[in-house]
This record gives sequence, structure tokens and C-alpha cells, in this order.
Amino acid sequence: MRVKLKNSRIEKHHIEDFVGRTYMSFCVLLLITIIVSMVYFVASKGISTFTSGDVSVSDFLFGTKWSPEADTPSFGAFPFIAGSFLVTLLAALIASPLSLCAALFMTEIVPGWGKKLLQPVIELLAGIPSVVYGFIGLSVIVPFLRNNLPGQGIGVAAGALVLSVMILPTITSVAADALASLPQNLKESSYALGATRWQTISRVIIPTTFPAIMTGIVLGMARAFGEALAVQMVIGNAPFVPKSLFESASTLTSVITLGMGNTTMGSAHNNALWSMALVLMLMTFVFVFFVRLLERRNKI
Amino acid sequence: MKPRTVNKIATSLIVFFAMLIVAILVGLLGYILFRGISHISWDFLFSAPQKIRAGGGIGPQLFNSIFLLVLTLIITVPLGLGAGIYMAEYARPGKITSFIRLIVEVLSSFPSIVVGLFGLLLIVNYFNLGFSLISGALALTVFNLPLMVRITEQAFRSVPKQQKEAGFALGLSKWKIVTSVLFPVALPTIITGTILSAGRVFGEAAALMFTAGMSSPRLDFTNWNPLSPNSPLNPFRPAETLAVHIWKVNSEGIAPDAAQIAAGASAVLVIMVLIFNLAARYFGRFIYRKLTASKRMN
Repeated sequence: MRVKLKNSRIEKHHIEDFVGRTYMSFCVLLLITIIVSMVYFVASKGISTFTSGDVSVSDFLFGTKWSPEADTPSFGAFPFIAGSFLVTLLAALIASPLSLCAALFMTEIVPGWGKKLLQPVIELLAGIPSVVYGFIGLSVIVPFLRNNLPGQGIGVAAGALVLSVMILPTITSVAADALASLPQNLKESSYALGATRWQTISRVIIPTTFPAIMTGIVLGMARAFGEALAVQMVIGNAPFVPKSLFESASTLTSVITLGMGNTTMGSAHNNALWSMALVLMLMTFVFVFFVRLLERRNKI
Repeated sequence: MKPRTVNKIATSLIVFFAMLIVAILVGLLGYILFRGISHISWDFLFSAPQKIRAGGGIGPQLFNSIFLLVLTLIITVPLGLGAGIYMAEYARPGKITSFIRLIVEVLSSFPSIVVGLFGLLLIVNYFNLGFSLISGALALTVFNLPLMVRITEQAFRSVPKQQKEAGFALGLSKWKIVTSVLFPVALPTIITGTILSAGRVFGEAAALMFTAGMSSPRLDFTNWNPLSPNSPLNPFRPAETLAVHIWKVNSEGIAPDAAQIAAGASAVLVIMVLIFNLAARYFGRFIYRKLTASKRMN
């Protein structure tokens, strides 16, 4: 009798264990299913431009003429690819030094209240939704640029400025984490040698944490590259390669945002938009690859 | 130049730029709230939008945003918990585990517009759910799930190892340890993270434009039958959220007071995000205090 009772008790927690494990495996399998189906569906749609139509990959990637509704349509997406890369790089150039300063302020200059002050600021900046950034860009940055600089205000410069504020929190938090996890004795030995704070920062701290800081920048660029609505609101959406920073341009995301609702599924124009989504997806893989590469360097 | 002078210049530059960021945030929040709050009234919060005339509100959009958030959390929280616990407690280091980790990383860095397009293709068209709340919630699930997995994994990993070992020493099964030893300790972190991720989902627009749609039917707030087409609770109706509404008003709004509506709606959105932030802090601390206080034996 007692033995039987014991057996049934073992069975009960075995069953619990089994159910828990099954449930968790289901969750993990779901994650894998999502990503596989995402890659499959977006890729199969994106490739159809090249398989069914008479657009070649190089025409699409390097052609500069975008007129999908013309009698002899041409689908050169180069202006949008160039626009995406341009605003992303500019945003990273503006945001990186600022973020690095914020991170240094939090960890090296006034570690106590500096962190207390900047941590919530960074969190709030990260929390402001992208459409609100677009709205502010449209009602503050664009008029400012229009009144003080050549051009209409909308354009590459406005897009880059909006994006740089959006990616500030990403870069800052990654950089601050890296700086905070630096072994204390590295800094102490530098100070012991009589180095000033700036010498310590520039010759010891930044070189050691460089891969981690780069990781933050790449993550920020990934965010900037994929951001759709905020950029679409301020960049002007002209299908040309911009000749100056104050000219309007387009990004891959802004063209998809505007075009996807107005084209019918399966048309050549629609398929070209899917090909752009495929380019976006492939760029995500590239960014993740770089992040992994940098993280591996960081470990050594 | 003397190193000391360089040091002083560099330090003041760093302080200047750090303060500039604080100034940017204060300026942004001040601008949004200053411009928007004067436009917020009960009427604005609860009335339906107008297409051509002035005086439209954001009632249905606000309701849609909150309802969509609730639907999304109902789907993502249990799934994210499961996968997160697996990653933290069960996964052995190896090829499969690092593959899953890669998936979570890739999934969380996909641009939200790509997630929206995927939703359009698979959920809206292929599964034929149409532009609806449920399509939006499923797209947001793709968006939110990797976040939840990460939050759960980090929360479980930050539990002291001794607690787990104490459980093993008592002869508990692994599942029992996870559910009744580790989970309560990890809970405050999970709740804080979930509320913060809710703030992000609340402001999301690009993924919803192509899944939840860009229009709202006339809602009858006295009709609570979830199957009727103009009931607010019907998950199969199209739903424009607040963030999508701001985008639409800014880029194609033709009402004469479109700018004010955008300002008011932005202020509401930002205030909601602020509330999520404060709630995350408060709840996390509150639950942590409760858990630790009840354990203080001496």
C-alpha cells in the first residue's frame, strides 16, 4: 500500500515535469516556426520580381530610374537603397559621439548621480514612440531647417536628425553597460601611473571597450535602417538620389510604407516593394552578423 | 598643451554633451506636452474622429490601442515565459541553444515594417483574418515575443544559485523548483520588463498599418456582444490605433485642425508611455518589497 502511494506520487511530479517540458518545447518551436515562415514568405514574395518579371537583380539594385506606373516601367531601387544608407550613416555619425559622452558621464565622471539622472532620461527617450518623433520632426526640425538653411526643410538632414535622437538611447545603454563592466583595477592602475582622467578614458577605457561601443553603434544603425514612419514623415519621399543633404529623398522603408497600400497584390510594382522588404530583411541579417562578430572580439 | 588642461577641456565637453541629451529630452517632452495638453479634453478623448470637419476626437483609437495591447499581452506573456524559462533553465549550451539564441536576436532586430508585411501576407491574406484586431495582435506577438523571452531569461538568470540548490536539496523536481522557487523571485523583474515592453507595443505603428488596418468602424460602446460588427470587443473588426492615427493625420489628414489633433494625440500617447514607465518602476519595487519583507525572518 505504502509503496503504491509512493509510486503514484512520483508519477504525479513526473507528469508535471513532462507537461512543463512539452509546453516549453512548444514555445521554442513556435519561435523557430515564426522565423522560418517569415524568411520563407518574405523571400518568396521578394524573389518573384526577378523570376516572373523581366527585371534583373542588378537592374533592381543599381538602376536609378524608379517609374513603376509608366508605360515601360522601370524598377531601379538604387535611390532608396542609397537614401537608407545615407540617413543611417549620418544618424550614427551624429548620435555616436553624443551617446559616448552620455555613457562616460554616467560611468566615469559622476558615477553616482550621473547615472541616476541619465538612466531615466535614456529610458524615456527610448520609450517615446516613433510616430511622435516624426511629428516633432515635422513640426520643429523641418521648419527650423527651412528657415535657416537652403532647401525645403524636408530631406536627408531632417531624417538623419530625427533618427539620431531615436538611436541615442540604444547606443548609450550598450556603451554604458560596457563601461560599467570594465574591471576596476584597469582604471586604478592607469590613475596610479599618474594619468589624468581624460588620458585614462582615451587611452585605456575606450580602446578596451571599443568592440562593445561598436556593437552599440551597429545596433543603433540597425534600428535606424528599419525605422519607417518617422523617416517617411520628414524625408520628402522623392525617388531620386539626393545631391545635397537638404534635398528630399526616400528610403526603402518610406517607399514601402507609401506604396504597399496603393498597389494590388501580385502586380510588378507590388512585387518590387516586396523585393525592397527582402533587402531590408537581408540587411538585418548583416547587422546581426556584425553584432555577433564584435561580441566575439569583445570576449577575448 | 598640458595634460591637465586637456583633461579639463575634455571633461567639460563630456559634461556639456551629456547635459545636451538631458536638454533634448526636456525640450521634447516640454514641447509635446505644452502643445498637446491644451487640446486634450474629455470630448477629445472620447469622441470619434472627423474626416473633413474640425473637432474630431480620438476615442475609438485610444480604446483600440489599449484593447490591442491587452490582446497582445494575453498571447505573448505565456508563450514568452515558456520559451524564456526553457532558455534560462533547461537549454544546455550547444549548437541548438545558440541557434535559438540567434533566432531571438534576429527576430527582435527585424524592422517592424517587415513584421507588418509578413503579417499582411500570412495572417491577413493567407489565413484570411483580414484587417482586424486579431491580425494586429498576432503581428505584435511576433514583435513582442523575443522581448518577453529575453526578459524572462534575464529574470531567471538573476535569481541566486543557492535558491535553486536549496530546492534540489529538498528533493523537489525541476519543474517544481521552476514554478514555486524561481518564478516568485523572478516575478518582479518579469513584471517590470513586461510593462516596459507594453509601452513599446503601445506606440508601435508600422507593424499595425498593414495588419490591424487604418480605419475604425463606427463603434457602439453600449453593445458588448463580441460577435457583432460594431461592438468594441469584436476582435475581428479593423482597428486603427492611436499611433497609426497620428501618422495618418500627419501625412494625409485633411481636417482643418489636423495639426492640433496630431499634437493632442501625441501628448496622450507620450503620457501613456510615461505612465507605463512609472508603473513599471513602482510595481517592480512594490512586489520586490512585498516578497523580501515576507521572507525577513529575524
